[in-house]
Amino acid sequence: MSTRSINTVHSTAVPLNIENVDTDQIIPARFLKATSREGFGENLFRDWRYNTDGSPKNDFVLNNPTWKGRILVAAKNFGCGSSREHAAWAIKDAGFDVVISSFFADIFKNNALNNFLLPVTVSEDFLKDAFTAIEKDPAAEITVDLPQQTITLEPTGRKEKFEINNYKKTCLLNGYDDIDYLLSIRNEIESFERQF
Amino acid sequence: MIKTIEGGPSVLYIDKHFIHEVTSPQAFKGLEKRGMEVFRPRQIVATADHNVPTIDQHLPIKDELSRLQVQQLIANCAKHGVELFGLGHPYQGIVHVIGPELGITQPGMTIVCGDSHTSTHGAFGAIAFGIGTSEVEMVMATQCLLQSKPKLMRINVEGQLGKGVVSKDIILYIIAKISASGATGYFVEYAGSAIRSLSMEARMTICNMSIEMGARGGMIAPDQITFEYIKGREFAPRGAEWDKKVAAWSELYSDPGAKFDLEINIDAADIEPMITYGTNPGMGIGISGHIPAGTEITEKEKPGFFKSLAYMGLQEGAPIKGKKVDYVFIGSCTNSRIEDLRMVASFIKGRKKSKDIEVWIVPGSKQVEKQAIEEGLDKIFEEAGFHLRQPGCSACLGMNEDKIPAGKYCISTSNRNFEGRQGPNARTLLASPLTAAVAAITGEVADVREYL
Repeated sequence: MSTRSINTVHSTAVPLNIENVDTDQIIPARFLKATSREGFGENLFRDWRYNTDGSPKNDFVLNNPTWKGRILVAAKNFGCGSSREHAAWAIKDAGFDVVISSFFADIFKNNALNNFLLPVTVSEDFLKDAFTAIEKDPAAEITVDLPQQTITLEPTGRKEKFEINNYKKTCLLNGYDDIDYLLSIRNEIESFERQF
Repeated sequence: MIKTIEGGPSVLYIDKHFIHEVTSPQAFKGLEKRGMEVFRPRQIVATADHNVPTIDQHLPIKDELSRLQVQQLIANCAKHGVELFGLGHPYQGIVHVIGPELGITQPGMTIVCGDSHTSTHGAFGAIAFGIGTSEVEMVMATQCLLQSKPKLMRINVEGQLGKGVVSKDIILYIIAKISASGATGYFVEYAGSAIRSLSMEARMTICNMSIEMGARGGMIAPDQITFEYIKGREFAPRGAEWDKKVAAWSELYSDPGAKFDLEINIDAADIEPMITYGTNPGMGIGISGHIPAGTEITEKEKPGFFKSLAYMGLQEGAPIKGKKVDYVFIGSCTNSRIEDLRMVASFIKGRKKSKDIEVWIVPGSKQVEKQAIEEGLDKIFEEAGFHLRQPGCSACLGMNEDKIPAGKYCISTSNRNFEGRQGPNARTLLASPLTAAVAAITGEVADVREYL
């Protein structure tokens, strides 16, 4: 997997303006048979990206060389459906560090955070501007500043604050995860168990 | 709950952890990479369900990758001392079917599993929700999870259900009403006289699909129906311990006057047999209704709506009744319990399936299969031309060979109608076991009320 910490991401972006993208689209079930976390990127959006004979569908955005970058701009209710973390692994493995949407499904959001893939929730209006900006100019850049919790559309300078809890922010900035934290309080867990 | 981190989530202790072959291998691997063992192996129960074939389960699994995944589960469980109800075991089955039927699932427990339909167990008044593989690893390592407090929603369904309307219709109706994202960020309590009158199987169907409107979990306050269901099951408490537990469980209900962030009231009489026409579970309509016309859809939702209809090969504004169906799938963690099978059997008894239709009945567990055979349901299915297969997740997600061919229509009692869910380019219509049964007989989408 790529980076194990996130700070500021400054990049062009890929627009995926479809609502309710479920994790079966992100990574279909038939690709969940691997027993490692690596290599899911090649099957990211498999059935939207490739024909059944394996040839690429040219009208799908990930096959269009016009758009590239480390930021995926997605529409409302992104990542709904199955809890498969493979969805977050696939997006990260395909080179994305940030997903922007106005609304993420809960489990996907947690899975993303646990894999140093930053889900940034923005207002509907900001999201609309983001799509307009990158669809008009694929070279348009977006800056996501995690320490400041801000996201900026560079062409227009429009900036918005985003929410993330302090604990998770610290984890992402320092590259440590929930297990590191939970292991550090194992004494407390054991004493909790003794009460019951 | 152990504690709350300042400005962050809380540390939640997990009583019971279910695992299966698909979302656990990377967690075991992660644990081993850290040089750790499973912290509380006796609080984990494993089964093989997602990948397993539903015919000839006694033979080695043909698909190499599926076989490897199942073998890895066996090896991981043996190595870490985790109880496994694997293929061939009399308790094997879909994880959300076996937990309740073995009495492992109990009121008040915190229950997690690397599967979004873990909300099923909420039907017992348990706090149950699906998690990702990193979280599976966390629970294996520490028996804890970090969770933020969800918002609370209560959905009250009052009154009496009409003829031919069952619990699947209630939940499809709710999801159609509030949309596939309408409960994101919430934990949902289902209440009201229509919910209280349901059996445990029917309650599980409702809680199971909580995730389909985005809710992390769904729950129903335990009552006498709950206790009766649990009593005497394999892992249920016994004797004095049973009395103590029932006393404690009886206290698990929302206080009168409890505040919810959102409360929704539904009249059970408004619900008719439901069916979905689109590619998310929120795209549902009453069986006598029409697919919405484009003019009824908001501008923002239009691209998704038309993409969905194009995928499904359906017309805006058209009625759904009379649509020809190619496959019927009765199964999945939503509707594969004994009561579901009985419902189908009692409807089809003495009837024959439509000539061109393929009907698969996949029981949720070995126990369900055994009971169905003991009750003679297998004979009824056979006489009607249905195939009673062996337990597993099967065509709900098509990870094994049970896939619906491209372009074909399947009425399915499962929980998701996403593009490609039942196989590449397969077209899924979600419905209740009764609506699936009537389609099997007529070969098309039909209103079961006309046949009762």
